[in-house]
Amino acid sequence: MQNTKKIPETKKVQGGCGQACSAKRYAASRSREAALIERCRKGSKEAFGAIVDKYMKDAYFIALGLVGNHEDALDLSQEAFFRAYNNIRSLNTKWGFFPWFYQILRNLCFSHLRKRKVRQSHSLEQLTEDEAVVFAGDCPSPDAPTEQMEMQRQVWQAVNHLDDKHREVIVLRHFRNMSYEQIAKALFCNKGTVTSRLYYARKELKEILERQKGGRLQ
Amino acid sequence: MTCRQYKDLMMGYLDDELDEAQRKEFDRHIESCPQCQAEFEQFKKLKSLTDSVKLAEPEDIIWEKYWSGVYNRFERGIGWIMMSVTGIALIIYGLFKAVETLIKDPNVEVILKIAILAFITGIAILFVSIMRERLYYWKKDRYKDVKR
Repeated sequence: MQNTKKIPETKKVQGGCGQACSAKRYAASRSREAALIERCRKGSKEAFGAIVDKYMKDAYFIALGLVGNHEDALDLSQEAFFRAYNNIRSLNTKWGFFPWFYQILRNLCFSHLRKRKVRQSHSLEQLTEDEAVVFAGDCPSPDAPTEQMEMQRQVWQAVNHLDDKHREVIVLRHFRNMSYEQIAKALFCNKGTVTSRLYYARKELKEILERQKGGRLQ
Repeated sequence: MTCRQYKDLMMGYLDDELDEAQRKEFDRHIESCPQCQAEFEQFKKLKSLTDSVKLAEPEDIIWEKYWSGVYNRFERGIGWIMMSVTGIALIIYGLFKAVETLIKDPNVEVILKIAILAFITGIAILFVSIMRERLYYWKKDRYKDVKR
């Protein structure tokens, strides 16, 4: 099964009342979330369980995109929820749960990556990407699977070679399908900064891929 | 608008984030600018390649057990706190009793008793000094009330 789930707020309303309904649903969802957060602040683990249920896939896949390893992604995303619960009083409900939670998750992931780099430089280990994280989609011809998977592997390796700031926007945009507005909220910056970061991230990604292939993208 | 400004529109165009007027404006620009057009084609190929990479969905059991993984941390957290607090209290009590025994023992030399008391006083001064420094910097921290 492919990972096509989006963050709940991104779901576009098909037909019907359009933007007005979408805004109403968003407001209702925010108000439900605010009520859950209030219960969490009073110590309700059940309410926090509902929040975990809502965001666990996003947390896991973002961590997977950032650290590239299933076990680490699972452990880091669960640790981020644990820390979020312990610090829930410092959450400003005006921003919503996810952008605040995302800051905890990304800091954990980047700190984990820094420690891993130090360990690897000390032990002379090579960086290994967990290839099982890349999933091949539908293949149009019998020759295509290997070719397609090889291409996907190269792209995944290139993403892993991006610096943290650039990998982050690529993961949020491509692997979580978040809109510029949602990325801006998660990164506490404006949409212009997101656009600019995406431009430089893609430029860097293109250069890495061209170096790997020894020529321009075909 | 300069080509640099059109590059921001280029990202929005690729990700379907532009309104109709902005799309038309960008279309007009790349028709007249071969460099931006070439760069746009390259980015389009790159986007299609990146979009083809999907992260594998783990087995359902992972999602079913996800909450218990978080919940276990709460239990362990409580365990760690209880163990640490009681551990520290027991160590302090043990040290206090040991020092008390030494001080009360008439067979122990006075110089050794003075040395032990000086050592404990030194630790106490260091502790108070560090705590006072921490408190001072915490009060001066302009960002301590910043909440996200």
